[in-house]
Amino acid sequence: MRKLNLEPNFTDADAFYAALTDLHRDASPEQSEKLNARLILILANQIGDIEILQEALSIASDI
Amino acid sequence: MGKAYTNPIYEYDRSPDQFSAAPTHHPVIIVGAGPAGLSAAIDLAVHGIPAVVLDDNNTVSVGSRAICFSKRSLEICDRYGPADRMLNKGITWNLGKVYWQDDLVYEFNLLPEENHKFPAFVNIQQYYFEEYMVDRCLELPSIDLRWLSKVSNVRADDDKTTLDVTTEDGTYALSCDYLLVADGASSPIRTDLGLPFNGQVFQDHFLIADILMKAEFPSERRFWFDAPFHPNQSTLLHKQADNVWRIDFQLGWDTDLKEEAKAENVIPRVRAMLGGDIEFDVEWTSVYTFRCRKMDSFIHKHILFMGDAAHQVSPFGARGGNGAIQGVDNLAWKLANVLKNKAPTALLKTYDLERQRGADENIMHSTRSTDFMTPKNSASRAFQHAVLEMASRYPFAQSLVNSGRLSTPCAYIHSPLNTMDNDQFEGGVAPGTVSTDAPLIVNNEQAWLLSLLGNHFVCLVDASQSSEKISELASLNKDIRLILVNPTASRQSLMKESDVSVFDQLGVLISRYDLLAGTTYLIRPDQYVCARWKGFEAKAINSAYLKALGHELEAD
Repeated sequence: MRKLNLEPNFTDADAFYAALTDLHRDASPEQSEKLNARLILILANQIGDIEILQEALSIASDI
Repeated sequence: MGKAYTNPIYEYDRSPDQFSAAPTHHPVIIVGAGPAGLSAAIDLAVHGIPAVVLDDNNTVSVGSRAICFSKRSLEICDRYGPADRMLNKGITWNLGKVYWQDDLVYEFNLLPEENHKFPAFVNIQQYYFEEYMVDRCLELPSIDLRWLSKVSNVRADDDKTTLDVTTEDGTYALSCDYLLVADGASSPIRTDLGLPFNGQVFQDHFLIADILMKAEFPSERRFWFDAPFHPNQSTLLHKQADNVWRIDFQLGWDTDLKEEAKAENVIPRVRAMLGGDIEFDVEWTSVYTFRCRKMDSFIHKHILFMGDAAHQVSPFGARGGNGAIQGVDNLAWKLANVLKNKAPTALLKTYDLERQRGADENIMHSTRSTDFMTPKNSASRAFQHAVLEMASRYPFAQSLVNSGRLSTPCAYIHSPLNTMDNDQFEGGVAPGTVSTDAPLIVNNEQAWLLSLLGNHFVCLVDASQSSEKISELASLNKDIRLILVNPTASRQSLMKESDVSVFDQLGVLISRYDLLAGTTYLIRPDQYVCARWKGFEAKAINSAYLKALGHELEAD
């Protein structure tokens, strides 16, 4: 059984998306790569559960 | 090179075997007197199996090589004898520091929980370890150490192995029931037999420089990513005995290894690291390529491969030497029981099964460390930087910093030698995992649990309540020794001569093993738990013993 939640879970999806694009607005591709790396690690730690993370990694590579 | 240590020279002695008309037959011949070969000789001797050890050299390791000996290795070496010498000579350390560029980003403390005989790690040069092991071999009359004896022409039959030994007096032939091969990562015997040794070679070179200096650095492990004195690469500094310090410089792929190993090129690197004022001598240098490889099977007919000959890992986790010792610990009691006809030959297959698992684990950790230290592309580099720049501020990122995951004993949870739990345990030590140490009182003196385990099958049983059942085991099985924990006086009167009474004054043993109300553990000769129950049933114990000796395995 899948543990990863793929149903909407954002308290405010549009606000998150706007904040994410704002973060990258003035960034060079190099800076964006750094920002994304930090962000992935911070969020991954919040999820924590290796099974959920592996499901997410596998979905990311399958699309 | 090398002021800190003078290698002992061992004499070549003629053996009567050299003058025998027909090849002399031995139960066990070991090739290679390094960590694995010497461990095997001692372990077999402890089990009453004689062995001939053949080595083409006449001394111990030239250069310090493996330096970090783990708690588990020390526990095994305690069974062999030299652990106290290692502890006395070596450097006990607990603190690790990780730097990135100019900053300390993270510290870890390996300080183990209290009430263990041995610390997490001791640093001691491989030559001292080997010297102590040779000394121990010389005390054991069943070990026949033959120096300056080069093996060639190994012929593997289904039931025995023959080989030629070349000495200064010429060549003679020997045969054996089992040949144990510990002739190193480049194993000439494995190569001659055409046995594959596959894995991954990483595009990275390292330079080891052992230097002799009187510096007041603390005995901690220091690791730098992208150090100011060695930009874009990693550096490791670690203390050994006799004021010898190990420095490991990552060099990258496009380097001329021969040039890098020259003293005139090593000295400026060390000088840049230590600063101008510290005087030092270069003791030993070595260059290597990161690689992780293993054999598909550690067994070929009646030949058993051990140590680096069977499996090779990159350093930075102290998994090469420690993995070798743990592999031997797994093999020796099995081979001894097969040779004594107490176990079927199928038991040997579980050496391959269990230690393939150990090798996989070691290779996995080593590969992950390598991948963290040496990012292979721009995304990996971004993640490595992100981890390092967040580590000093956010504890979660520290858990991702990988400067080597240090060797811990492998668990054989799915081994066919285990009897699965039927009873509920609150923690304790599960079947397939190694016994945990605990302080005890034996004959009114301080003792350690692990010093009482090993070399035999042992039943560890809570004997605080009265029951006659314990004497039932002796009538079924005389090979299992009993350790009675907190026994009543009437219980003590039922003991066999080989049984021991122990008192858990601090309650550490009972809590670590969840050892309540007649709880019983069956422990293998390598100190691994193979079965446990919340009670004492002689028949069940005997069945688990037979299972652990391979009697339920399919025949060859």
